[in-house]
Amino acid sequence: MASENLIDIKDLNFSYDTRAILKGINMTMQRGKVIAIMGGSGSGKTTLLRLIGGTLQPSSGYVKFAGQVVHELNRDALFTLRRKMGMLFQFGALFTDLSVFDNVAFQMREHTDLPESMIRDLVLMKLHAVGLRGAHRLMPNELSGGMARRVALARSIALDPMLIMYDEPFTGLDPISLSVIGNLIRRLTDTLGMTSIVVTHDVQESLKIVDYVYFIADGVIAAEGTPQQVRDSVAPFVHQFVHGEEDGPVPFHYPAKQYRSDLNLEDTVV
Amino acid sequence: MFKHIVSGIQNIGHRVIESVWRLGVATRFFLLVLLKSGTSLRRFGLVIRELYFTGVLSLIIIVVSGLFVGMVLGLQGYETLQKYGSESAVGTLVALSLVRELGPVVAALLFASRAGSAITAEIGLMKATEQLAAMGMMAVDPIARVVAPRFWAGVISMPFLAAIFSVMGVFGGYLVTVVFIGVDEGSYWSQMQSAVDFRFDIVNGFIKSCFFGVAVTAIAVFEGYDAPPTAEGVSGATTRTVVTSSLVILGLDFILTAFMFRGVS
Repeated sequence: MASENLIDIKDLNFSYDTRAILKGINMTMQRGKVIAIMGGSGSGKTTLLRLIGGTLQPSSGYVKFAGQVVHELNRDALFTLRRKMGMLFQFGALFTDLSVFDNVAFQMREHTDLPESMIRDLVLMKLHAVGLRGAHRLMPNELSGGMARRVALARSIALDPMLIMYDEPFTGLDPISLSVIGNLIRRLTDTLGMTSIVVTHDVQESLKIVDYVYFIADGVIAAEGTPQQVRDSVAPFVHQFVHGEEDGPVPFHYPAKQYRSDLNLEDTVV
Repeated sequence: MFKHIVSGIQNIGHRVIESVWRLGVATRFFLLVLLKSGTSLRRFGLVIRELYFTGVLSLIIIVVSGLFVGMVLGLQGYETLQKYGSESAVGTLVALSLVRELGPVVAALLFASRAGSAITAEIGLMKATEQLAAMGMMAVDPIARVVAPRFWAGVISMPFLAAIFSVMGVFGGYLVTVVFIGVDEGSYWSQMQSAVDFRFDIVNGFIKSCFFGVAVTAIAVFEGYDAPPTAEGVSGATTRTVVTSSLVILGLDFILTAFMFRGVS
């Protein structure tokens, strides 16, 4: 029996050149759960997803996916592993030269020898799951932002992965599309028995659907807990983030000299 | 003053190191493309699709330009040759200029600006919109799936486009000199036939166009793949594709000509 955790992250460090992005991250992600990773822009959330997907190498520490240490795999093993993962990019990243149908069929055609008639049925089923079966002939440029993201979602579940990573799935969506995507993430995770990681800064929408939340700030885990614990938290950072307060542990002002001295008012007597 | 000179030299050094570095990256990328061409050759449909975009869609500009270049050659050639009473040699002049030089070179220059820029922009935008990253996450290698088919399509279509360019040029020269000016049709064709050598002229022209095809498409795919994923990045890469390929075409042409036509009278 495989362990209950799909992902184990241990003492994960990552730096671009000399700039440390992640400093000693420890996380566990249970199978069948929706886990949110929140944090301000540039806090290293997307980097974390890339480390899980193996497109970046950690400076130290490791990410274990289904018992395998991701960065130790060779290229073929890594590609085999990635077939078990799906990723939803921020704006969908649909292939613009392929129709909706061909986008969803892409992985099936690349990785399987399924006959075209079966691919057709599978694609229509996946599209039906996101409510866009009727749009299968459209091209990506004919879709709205929310629709494009739903198609991308259908594409990422094409081969029934164990894990789907969502990179800011709520960015730039209207309220209806927002809750549609949110509910789809929850429903697909439950019905397909997958695990989902949602990187987001949309607190209210994601707290409705997730099982567990990690907050990342300055490359470390600033707080973690269930949505209820997060809502009730009195930790200054979490409170500021959840309630969207302008000033707090994350300052409004970028570090600067004294305002007075910047305006050359030092000597002025008021 | 001294400081300025030192920093100037430093600057030059930096630029040189950077260029050599980039050339190394490009060479490595080129070898990777060749290594990962298996998919394109096994699934030739991928290449055929790109052949349509790079080859077939470049036909109009190639055909029209070829026709006009041939017409101008015919006019100019006739003007000069008739002074010496040898206007019947105009066919030879048109054909040799086209097959040896203008066909491969001008077709390659047009190809670089029509298809090369399109390839760079497409790959660059695919990168900027994370399509390449998405493909990688789907365990599909973007170099094998996106870059290699475009590369081979360019390499295959270039010699055909150059040949079509030359044919259209010869026809353009015929239109102007024989049909409009009235040079003897028989001598136009027969002199051309006796002067144009298959091995030296046509095959060498063909070899040139193959070299140009490889150079232009390799530059185009590299610039696209290497482009910074921003609007300025992609536009800069597109410009660099056209400028670099044009310079490389002209430089290569000189080198190839020096080797090919040494001692040929």
